[in-house]
Amino acid sequence: MTARTLYALTLASALLGAVLQPAQAQPKPATLVAAGSEIAFTTKQMGVPVEGKFGKFTAQIALDPKKPETGTVAFSIDTDSARFGSAELDAEVPKATWLNVPRFPQASFNSSAVKGLGGGKFEVTGKLTIKGATKDLTVPVQVTQAGAASAQVSTASGSFVIKRLDFKVGDGDWADTSMLANDIQVRFKLQLTGLAPL
Amino acid sequence: MLNTANNRPSNSRYSLPAIALHWVLALAIIGALGLGAYMTGLPFSPARLKLYNWHKWLGVCILAFSALRLLWRLTHRPPADVAMPAWQARAAHATHVAFYALFFAVPLVGWAYSSAAGFPIVLFGLWPLPDFVLPDRELAEAIKPLHGALAWSLAALVVLHVLAALKHHFIDKDGLLNRMRPGR
Repeated sequence: MTARTLYALTLASALLGAVLQPAQAQPKPATLVAAGSEIAFTTKQMGVPVEGKFGKFTAQIALDPKKPETGTVAFSIDTDSARFGSAELDAEVPKATWLNVPRFPQASFNSSAVKGLGGGKFEVTGKLTIKGATKDLTVPVQVTQAGAASAQVSTASGSFVIKRLDFKVGDGDWADTSMLANDIQVRFKLQLTGLAPL
Repeated sequence: MLNTANNRPSNSRYSLPAIALHWVLALAIIGALGLGAYMTGLPFSPARLKLYNWHKWLGVCILAFSALRLLWRLTHRPPADVAMPAWQARAAHATHVAFYALFFAVPLVGWAYSSAAGFPIVLFGLWPLPDFVLPDRELAEAIKPLHGALAWSLAALVVLHVLAALKHHFIDKDGLLNRMRPGR
């Protein structure tokens, strides 16, 4: 075999290999089980804890735990669904000073990168948009799985802190952080089916 | 028990601790009543939030001072009554007993209301106090008017008490106010 033939054969195999290699598989999207999921938050007014929950949200999570860098995480929250322990707060928070629900019916998160840290731990980086303002956010997520392979349920949970003034939530007089803290602790627990095994 | 603060016959003035607690409580109670009446009329705002919290902190202080006042009263005999018709003496004693009851009932019911409404009390914004009822919207609705009614009763008694004391001192001229004034 001449050197030229060998060269041609090598090139051909390489090209063939490249064409025949399966396309980078997009992870299958998982399904959110709303009944087993929760997005809650807590802050403090003059030292007194105030807790709330979002009752309505959707999540689009496409993640292959074995190849997390190919994954995407997005969720969308109905700002209308914020509920507190008090009827007065429920009525107050949709107003323009707070979430301004009529103008911003949704708060959302869209990931730009997912990193696997091993042991079911992931780090999701992306952009959080509330009331028209967008901020970068990195969220540590712990995924656990239970149940037989055919009926496997995954739970993705974690928490992070956002500063409400970054999003002008609690504007005007309420921007005074000695009255209402700037830090809001958000914690989430998302129950998913259809996520590939860890 | 002898009034050990001085060696004069007991028909003189109250002991210094009793006097001090009386006036501190008087200021705190009138302050809390005033705040309570004013703050509930405010719209939802940081100002209202601040007053509500100050009102609660004052209420907790009133509870603490009242406990001290009661303890002192139970262990130290007050001066004997000045001369007055028997019905007035009975009315005075009844008012004072009602006062002690309300000094505890009003802030305790208020505290329970705050807990039931889901707002634990954090004293001075620093020290979380226990909730002795769990958050419960229905319970909060039930308790709220009770706190108000008891507070208004206390306010009415305060007015009666002040007017009666002034009547004794300036109309009967029996020197009653001197008993609650620190001095020789």
